[in-house]
Amino acid sequence: MDREVIISAIKEVAAPYTQDKQALDEISETTSFITDLKINSANLVDIVLDLEEKFGIEIDNDSMAKMLDVKSTLDVIEAKLAEK
Amino acid sequence: MNAQEILAKLPYSKPFLFVDELLQIDENGSTGTYTYDKDLDFYKGHFKDAPVTPGVILTETMAQIGLVCLGIYLSENANTEMKAHVMLTSTAMDFMKPVFPGEMVTVTAEKVYFRFKKLNCNVVMKNEAGETVCKGNISGMVTTKMND
Repeated sequence: MDREVIISAIKEVAAPYTQDKQALDEISETTSFITDLKINSANLVDIVLDLEEKFGIEIDNDSMAKMLDVKSTLDVIEAKLAEK
Repeated sequence: MNAQEILAKLPYSKPFLFVDELLQIDENGSTGTYTYDKDLDFYKGHFKDAPVTPGVILTETMAQIGLVCLGIYLSENANTEMKAHVMLTSTAMDFMKPVFPGEMVTVTAEKVYFRFKKLNCNVVMKNEAGETVCKGNISGMVTTKMND
């Protein structure tokens, strides 16, 4: 799956949890969920659960711990998709 | 872990402990009761000459019985070494009926999910007549220390 496609999916999933629309519009691989999108750890869990559903994958605790920015989230999603 | 052990682990005391009895607890949910003492301080001001239990206190009661008791149960069953704390992260509540001083309420919580340390529950509070006084969804992070 193309990385741009995955980024736009991440953007869609993150949208309900951020008030910073500008940061969301400018989302890139370096965007941090916590410092750029100002999402708290509880809503980060919801984003990960929504991504699991969207991509039909299961994310383990160790992978979840890495998913603090868009790039590492992309890497986890690609790795899990490759395992399928 | 049984109900008495969980009650002993709650980090609250009077006047901010809102659990009297934990009637039932398992991995899917919890049920408990609390009676609002008519001498609780907030009744003096909420409202002047017309005491009604504040919605935030009803929400807190649902959080203590539904989220905190269940969170302690779930995390300490998974890891007995860990001392669990539950930090409230969000609530969405609907209030249907007033709760007056001296009333006893029963809170029932059903786990929606417990993943990545986040516990999400649907909660319902009923009065002694069995009427639903409030219901909603509540979630929190189960951590190993306070303010984590």
